[in-house]
Amino acid sequence: MPQSLNYLRESPSQTAGPYVHIGCTPNFAGIDIYGGDLGTVMKTGPVKGQEITVKGAVFDGTGTVLRDAMVEIWQADAAGLYPSANETRGAADPNFTGWGRSAGDMDTGEFTFETVKPGQVPWPDGRMQAPHITVWIVARGINLGLQTRLYFEDAAEANAVDPILSRIEHQNRVPTLLAKLEKDGSYRFDIHLQGPHETIFFDI
Amino acid sequence: MDDRKLGGYIPRDRAWQPDALTPPYKTSVKRSPQAALLSFPSSLSEETSPVFGHATIGALDNDLIHNFAAPSQSAIGPRIIVHGQVLDETGRPVPNALIEVWQANAGGRYRHAKEGYLAPLDPNFGGCGRMITDENGVYEFRTVQPGPYPWPNGMNDWRPAHIHFSIFGHGFAQRLITQMYFEGDPLIQRCPIVGVLKSQEAVDALTAPLDMNRTVPMDSLAYKFDIVLRGRRQTYFENRVEGL
Ligand SMILES: [Fe+3]
Repeated sequence: MPQSLNYLRESPSQTAGPYVHIGCTPNFAGIDIYGGDLGTVMKTGPVKGQEITVKGAVFDGTGTVLRDAMVEIWQADAAGLYPSANETRGAADPNFTGWGRSAGDMDTGEFTFETVKPGQVPWPDGRMQAPHITVWIVARGINLGLQTRLYFEDAAEANAVDPILSRIEHQNRVPTLLAKLEKDGSYRFDIHLQGPHETIFFDI
Repeated sequence: MDDRKLGGYIPRDRAWQPDALTPPYKTSVKRSPQAALLSFPSSLSEETSPVFGHATIGALDNDLIHNFAAPSQSAIGPRIIVHGQVLDETGRPVPNALIEVWQANAGGRYRHAKEGYLAPLDPNFGGCGRMITDENGVYEFRTVQPGPYPWPNGMNDWRPAHIHFSIFGHGFAQRLITQMYFEGDPLIQRCPIVGVLKSQEAVDALTAPLDMNRTVPMDSLAYKFDIVLRGRRQTYFENRVEGL
């Protein structure tokens, strides 16, 4: 036997179950505690850049909307900086958290994030990525949180040379990653867990 | 070591983690993606994470026996302490990790509008708590032992007693939700949700042993539950000047 590598194994994931909102958005679930839920406000003061609204919902393989999901987003500020302890390139907008969490509407399952349009962030090799938002979805029936990315349909030039979007073999699936500008000025990003419009999910 | 001197995240071991499609857990059938995942190395978007300061957390947030109870009241059920350490795959402690927990009450009932189990609500139990790990990645909380409960899946499926955990590490790539089970529970091996785990080793990794050393005599039993998040590569060679 050679020596052991002594690495630990990541804790196995388990479904968030039907009551994830009790733990992560208790006030939304009717439990009056903590003085409010985390992730409901991404802008804590006047922010730099273009303010946007992102709306969407999560659908299962039959086209039924999920009403027990939780969606989290994580993104750079308008200058492309992350409000994170690991950000070394500069100080992000102090009035922007970069992180949002939504339980979705109790009846329609629709989630809404009031945020800013992210700036561009470099890929490890230095090329610029198209503006994007990291999206993480958990729910009953999802054994391991699903990760995807939201890109902007109206950023065609940046999308065309994006290191990830340009590498996707099935280019006809790229639109599943594009948020569409609606008439009311908001962006629409629906997530399809399965079926002909299945969203591209990532293994990062 | 400073996270900022580290490389990208070690790829997630998909042979160890549960698959998306696990038919005995029926809800997974229509909620599992069917196309292959798109794999790529982590970038800044996944190597950064929101910051939750210790100021986020209130003094009673990690005391589920009291954090929802009326003054001078407390939740009903066997009192327990759950404690452990959050580490990454390389064995480094993860300080400042946000942990959120939720669970049924001692009768197996959740405080939720969509919950229909006939077991009664405990007016003094909300069922949620949260905490941030200390500089050694250590956390603890106090609660009552949750009861098992039946759920609609097969004709007679019961969840073993469990506590749900949501964990934020230092990079969004580490984001994880899981469940803790209790040593010795005969329902563990019968549960279709536990059944999505691929090995006994994986089940054991989520099963907390009774920890008599951490009990409080005449007050609370204790269980130990360590959590492992994804690790990052060391970057000695990546940092060398080009050409070397
Ligand atoms: Fe549960």
